[in-house]
Amino acid sequence: MATSKKFEKIRLNTSPKPADLQKLNIGDIVYLDGVVYTGREGVYKKVVDDKCPLPDDVVKASAASFHCSPAAAPGDREGEYNLGAVTATASFRFTKWIDKFLEVSDAKLIIGKGGMAPEDYRNYFVPRGAIYLTTVGYGTGALLGRGVKKVRNVHWADELGLAQAIWVIEVENFGPFIVESNLAGESLFERENSKIAEGLPKIYEGTRPAVLKRFGETDDRSDELI
Amino acid sequence: MIPIETIQSTALTLMDKAAIEIPEDYLSGLQQAADIEDGDLSSFVLQAMLENYEAAKEDRRAMCGDTGCPRWYVKIANEAQIQGGPAALEEALRSATAEATNGVPLRPNRVHPLWRTDHNNNVGINAPEIEYAFEPEGQWIDLTTVHKGGLFGTDYRMLFPSDGIEGIKRFYLDSLVAFGKRGLSCQPAIIGIGLGGSKDTCMVLGKRAACLRTVGDRNPDPKIAELEEEFKELGNNIGMGAMGFVGKSMVIDCHIEVGYCHTGGMQMSVHAFCLSSRRACARIHQDGTVEYRTDPEWFTPYQRRETVEWQPAKNLKKSA
Repeated sequence: MATSKKFEKIRLNTSPKPADLQKLNIGDIVYLDGVVYTGREGVYKKVVDDKCPLPDDVVKASAASFHCSPAAAPGDREGEYNLGAVTATASFRFTKWIDKFLEVSDAKLIIGKGGMAPEDYRNYFVPRGAIYLTTVGYGTGALLGRGVKKVRNVHWADELGLAQAIWVIEVENFGPFIVESNLAGESLFERENSKIAEGLPKIYEGTRPAVLKRFGETDDRSDELI
Repeated sequence: MIPIETIQSTALTLMDKAAIEIPEDYLSGLQQAADIEDGDLSSFVLQAMLENYEAAKEDRRAMCGDTGCPRWYVKIANEAQIQGGPAALEEALRSATAEATNGVPLRPNRVHPLWRTDHNNNVGINAPEIEYAFEPEGQWIDLTTVHKGGLFGTDYRMLFPSDGIEGIKRFYLDSLVAFGKRGLSCQPAIIGIGLGGSKDTCMVLGKRAACLRTVGDRNPDPKIAELEEEFKELGNNIGMGAMGFVGKSMVIDCHIEVGYCHTGGMQMSVHAFCLSSRRACARIHQDGTVEYRTDPEWFTPYQRRETVEWQPAKNLKKSA
């Protein structure tokens, strides 16, 4: 490394107390201990749109929900799973469900890829005392896989398929993750984007817009796709 | 006659290698990027990725939990004969894909686009893709599997001759910046650019440029090779690094492939082959021997030929 700022590694329980979260700043490196459960489109749709409650053993055991589905397959014996790598899926697509999901799950840690829109943090995360952790890379699937001690349960696999099911996993030293949004609703990606935006006019010098335009096209490079 | 069992077992090994072992050329490219990266967070990310590749190999587990969409590139030499013919070959590749999904394991990513049906084995309608090319001499087949991520970092645009290099640069930067924010394209990546062809050819060429050429490889057209160097540099000067953090590692390498296009147009596609640039290849000879490698050697002079007739390689060498 040209520069190697040493990042402190913070261990965090998956059912954290408000005081544990209060200490975290955006850009902090976090490793998790406890129980994490996955949830992506199928789960969000079922829980929020179809008002189907999350299984009891999920909400009681964990306040850490992961936008993810692992590379895993059923093992030789019933209820056993062979789990390899674990990586998040992009979180921005859960915006329409996240408010209600935080309410019914009481999750305090939302883990995913790429964060959500800054207004999602301010509108939905902050009032509920939740923070957002982003995976690193992406993705450090093998490192995260090492942090999984056991697949405790898989819910709704028959209906949703393995990739969309709820995987309840026991984890230890599970990481790395980076704090993307803290209890105040600040966003690391937003901060980095604005720093980078300052240099963009210079790099675009000597280019020109396409002759054939597209509907809704803008040259505002502070815009985001999410 | 190439035995079908050998094709099947080689394909299974390739699935495993692609998912687990980062190719050496990408790894050394990333190490070089990590050496010069001075953004704190970007550096941290690159270091974590380097550790991740080690963990994957040590544990024999997939390097990324999103194991992408497995696909196959098959190159058939002119005199090769496959036991059971092309249909048996396709069945072997589909079967290896399904078996490896449960064996490695991979994530069963492939679902029906409308009904979201998941066979839990990465096989379905038109999946995995199997693409073919041929070489004029030899008695072998090359199998290459690529497990490319499927959601971000790729775009297409119809440009016109009057857009010129300035327009190409604009679309290139737009694609990198737009998908680079928050690291959606999982950069630093091997960027493939397709120029020309028709819309579908342009996408295919760009994807193959990203997935089937190795880091450090240059297009044989010296002016295109210069553009590749320039674009690599340009991408790394955006001020953005891994995960969209401040930094200077966006592009591990840039590859450009071209195809003759409509005289009025200049189609352009941009593709990002991510931090988990999963590709693995093998050559299977007529006698059943197998050689594994990570360079698909897809873009041979024959694949890039410009003329009606093909001049055998030995004649080309003489005139060079």
